[in-house]
Amino acid sequence: MLLITCPYCGPRPELEFAYGGQAHIARPQQPADLNDDAWAEHLYMRDNAKGAHAERWRHTHGCARFFNAVRDTGSDRILATYETGTPRPAAGDLVGGAA
Amino acid sequence: MTSVYRTKDGGRIQRGKPLRFTFDGRALQGVEGDTLASALLANGIHLVGRSFKYHRPRGILSAGADEPNALVGVRRDAARYTPNLRATQVELYDGLEAESQNRWPSLALDTGALNGLISPFIPAGFYYKTFMWPRKAWDSLYEPFIRAAAGLGRAPTQADPDRYLNRYAHCDVLIAGAGPAGLSAALTAARSGARVILCDEQSEFGGSLLAETSATIEGLPAQVWLQEAIAELAGNPRVVLLPRTTAFGYFAHNLIGLNQRVTDHLAVPSAEQPRERLWQVRAKEVILCAGALERPLVFPGNDRPGILLADSARTYLNRYGVRPGKRVVIITAHDGAYRAALDLHAAGVEIAAIADVRATADGPAPQAARQAGLPIRLRTTITGTRGGLRVEGVSLAAMDGGPSQSVACDAVLMSGGFTPSVHLFSQSRGKLDWDPAAQSFVPGRSAERERSAGASRGLFGLAEVLADGAAAGADAVAAAGLTPPAPRRLEASGIDLGTDGFLGALPGAGAPGAKAFVDWQNDVTAKDLLLATREGFRSIEHIKRYTTTGMATDQGKTSNMNALGVVSEALGTPIPAVGLTTFRMPYTPVTFGSLAATSRGVLFDPVRTTPIHDWAAAQGAVFEDVGLWKRARYFPRGGEDMDAAVARECLAVRSGVGVFDATTLGKIEVVGPDAAKFMNRLYVNAWTKLAPGRSRYGVLLRDDGFIFDDGVVGRVAEDRFHVTTTTGGAPRVLAMMEDYLQTEWPDLNVWLTSTTEQWAVIAVQGPQARQVLEGLVEGIDLSAEALPHMSLTEGKICGVPTRLFRMSFTGELGFEVNVPTSHGRAVWEAIWAAGQPHGMVAYGTETMHVLRAEKGYIIVGQETDGTVTPDDAGLSWAIGRTKADYVGKRSLAREAMNAPDRKQLVGLYTQNPSVVIEEGSQVVADARQQIPMRPIGHVSSSYMSATLGRSIALALVSGGRARMGQTLFVPTADGEVAVTVTSPVFYDQEGVRVNA
Repeated sequence: MLLITCPYCGPRPELEFAYGGQAHIARPQQPADLNDDAWAEHLYMRDNAKGAHAERWRHTHGCARFFNAVRDTGSDRILATYETGTPRPAAGDLVGGAA
Repeated sequence: MTSVYRTKDGGRIQRGKPLRFTFDGRALQGVEGDTLASALLANGIHLVGRSFKYHRPRGILSAGADEPNALVGVRRDAARYTPNLRATQVELYDGLEAESQNRWPSLALDTGALNGLISPFIPAGFYYKTFMWPRKAWDSLYEPFIRAAAGLGRAPTQADPDRYLNRYAHCDVLIAGAGPAGLSAALTAARSGARVILCDEQSEFGGSLLAETSATIEGLPAQVWLQEAIAELAGNPRVVLLPRTTAFGYFAHNLIGLNQRVTDHLAVPSAEQPRERLWQVRAKEVILCAGALERPLVFPGNDRPGILLADSARTYLNRYGVRPGKRVVIITAHDGAYRAALDLHAAGVEIAAIADVRATADGPAPQAARQAGLPIRLRTTITGTRGGLRVEGVSLAAMDGGPSQSVACDAVLMSGGFTPSVHLFSQSRGKLDWDPAAQSFVPGRSAERERSAGASRGLFGLAEVLADGAAAGADAVAAAGLTPPAPRRLEASGIDLGTDGFLGALPGAGAPGAKAFVDWQNDVTAKDLLLATREGFRSIEHIKRYTTTGMATDQGKTSNMNALGVVSEALGTPIPAVGLTTFRMPYTPVTFGSLAATSRGVLFDPVRTTPIHDWAAAQGAVFEDVGLWKRARYFPRGGEDMDAAVARECLAVRSGVGVFDATTLGKIEVVGPDAAKFMNRLYVNAWTKLAPGRSRYGVLLRDDGFIFDDGVVGRVAEDRFHVTTTTGGAPRVLAMMEDYLQTEWPDLNVWLTSTTEQWAVIAVQGPQARQVLEGLVEGIDLSAEALPHMSLTEGKICGVPTRLFRMSFTGELGFEVNVPTSHGRAVWEAIWAAGQPHGMVAYGTETMHVLRAEKGYIIVGQETDGTVTPDDAGLSWAIGRTKADYVGKRSLAREAMNAPDRKQLVGLYTQNPSVVIEEGSQVVADARQQIPMRPIGHVSSSYMSATLGRSIALALVSGGRARMGQTLFVPTADGEVAVTVTSPVFYDQEGVRVNA
């Protein structure tokens, strides 16, 4: 069970959280302007990274807020957590400075 | 009764405290401090089980968790029977009842041993090769045969009456294993002020020190030092000591699972205590001090009772005061066996021969053995053993062949060296390195915040191990952010045994007729492994599965390295290139009770009940589970079955009035200046123009355009919506709302609150609903003009504030009375009383389903399955056409979402009105086509309608709305059912009744 640091509450066990899929995928402002391929890309296509992956988590059984995490999908280490709406931390700012 | 095998003094047992026990019904005696295994050996009993496949007689092999043979069932009473316990880990108590397993009719005479005679015909992969065809024989013949033959222990048949508890804990440093390395680490960490948890699977801390007789630490005899170390730790309030506690699993981010056995060792367990406790420890830093496991040697006939590991024999002698036999032969590739020989010799055991497979043995222990005059033979191996239920002698021969010599004995001790116990390290996903000098896998790069110390990373000298433990303790403390004490080297004297060993099979293991076991528990011989390599298997992962080596419950603790050695030699591939199979949790088996803890019976899953639940139960309602909710399904009267009750309830609602508990509906309060904007963006409907006091049927899509949820939404005020969801959908709808609000539209000033449990909802439905409520409300005008269909108002009912909706899921005039939950029961009973003059019935979910199906109202999850669009479900009318966007709108514009052959909601009439089609049935256009038929749709709802006096069904059929009047077919096991396509609205198509 992962230990995840909620940016608002601190480290908590994984069972307090819900996974929310890949982070930094903004819903287009005007979906009607997108052609079918672009819309399908937005809806369905996601990275399948081995290594650092920015993803959304929600502290469902805590503050109930969404936030983002960078997790190494190979080791399950959480390299950073940060508030929704803030940019993904640079590689050098991650735990261990890796990935 | 004093056994000849029990020594007069020494060890950690209490000879003055005898304990009675039985084994297979035979009354025996042991003493306090014994394990079941040591007590059996003290009684001269080695034969304790039959092997898994060949039913060969087997004896006690080891003295610990690695035991593959001595698996026993221990019975306390009819309900308390635990199978497959390792006798080496079962602490003796007065009155213990144990029995052997896998034998019939008795341990000494087991008919299954006939398998041994046909063993040439049960080679590796026997099951794969034999039980292949005919396919039919698998269910009737092969599987029952395999299951009967392969039984390993038997499960208790009654419910487990014991209690099990679960505990979460945090610490700076968790140390798994309380041998010299673990104790040294714990002392260092505790002296730094760290919060320490130290656990060990054994009843006593000390590990190898418990069998130590000559070594000293800091000038003290090892066992005296041990006592002082434990006392120091026990006196430190920041240290938790957990004996009888196995660290069985290493999970992500330093979560360690500990299984603490609290009462199994007690003759009379206290009712106050749980039997076991599961600890889930989140440790900042972990130190693994799991020690090492002695390897057996693989020679022909190496599995007879009386043949055991040399260091285990020394443990039995020094810790338990038990001699393994009177005259022993030793075979070894490691100096440790000499130390065992010296101890046994000193205890009066005759050493018939020490066969050393090595060319030289000049360490201090062999030197001492030579000086003691013990008969040592270098470059010598065992080419065979004899004896039936107990070993009687061995054949010794030179490693390079030549004549053999027979030596009589009643026990054989073997040592192939030691394998570092890297199970937990490997579970933590750390990378193992191959140490060519020690011929061992040792911990390499860590994946978690942990380090190994002592024998578990291949260090064996006592002083070295103590120093390593202290260093690991200091390292962990520093990593946890504390200041470690100055390093201090513990002076220790212990005999240097080196790191020699042997991996693989000894000469003769492959000889005709030889049975040289690699895996005792799964009955895998060296020949089985060789056969697998000859048949082309190369990967150790495949060889493992094909031969089942290492796949027993001992997870190959004694066998994996020898199996690797055999395969490596056969393939001519070095061991690290052959690879190692994956270690998985649990290290030793863990009871289901421990893992389930208190999550059983009524605590298995939460149960949600409404405030009206007890009333319904008192009325004899039959309940159904909907999510976690208990919902009244129907209210049978006087022996009615469900069909009769539902028919009566339906007719009563259509002709008079019924009352229904709708409390379980999800409710979300959407509040804020941007509430309407938020609802507009989310739901397909147009909300801006909806006036306060009016409501609308809302449809919620996912952004892929498919229906996600639905429910009536009332606008309570300009900035306040009362949103209802399906019973099961409330959490996911709120989660979706929060998702969009927090991550896509954080600019909106909106607040979301789950109010599901704040409101009790009482639906009053039927032509006389208004009359029932009229006398109960205050300040509310229920007239059609003041409160038309799809509107709401606030006021009081029975003196209680209410949010009263005029709405209907039945097609009749209806109201849904929302009152605070605490008043739900009282208001319900008042409505019930007011309804009696009108012949009011209480109806349940089944009637609700029928009534709504008669009106063609969908149920999300029944008519929809995640691939249904609003248009498919006939809900296009709900969509706010002029809105630029809402969740799902862009997807609905895709060509495929508007294809004319999409499955559309229709009604079906069976041509025989009394036939009710099974829900989920497929619909075909032509019933005479060949199987497999091409389905064009499926039946989503199907009921007998008392109102219409015939059956009705809802279905999703390809291009369904263009098929009105067509005859289609529903194939069933009893032939096809002809149906006519019709409107999904079967009753009151004009909607007159709902607007009454």
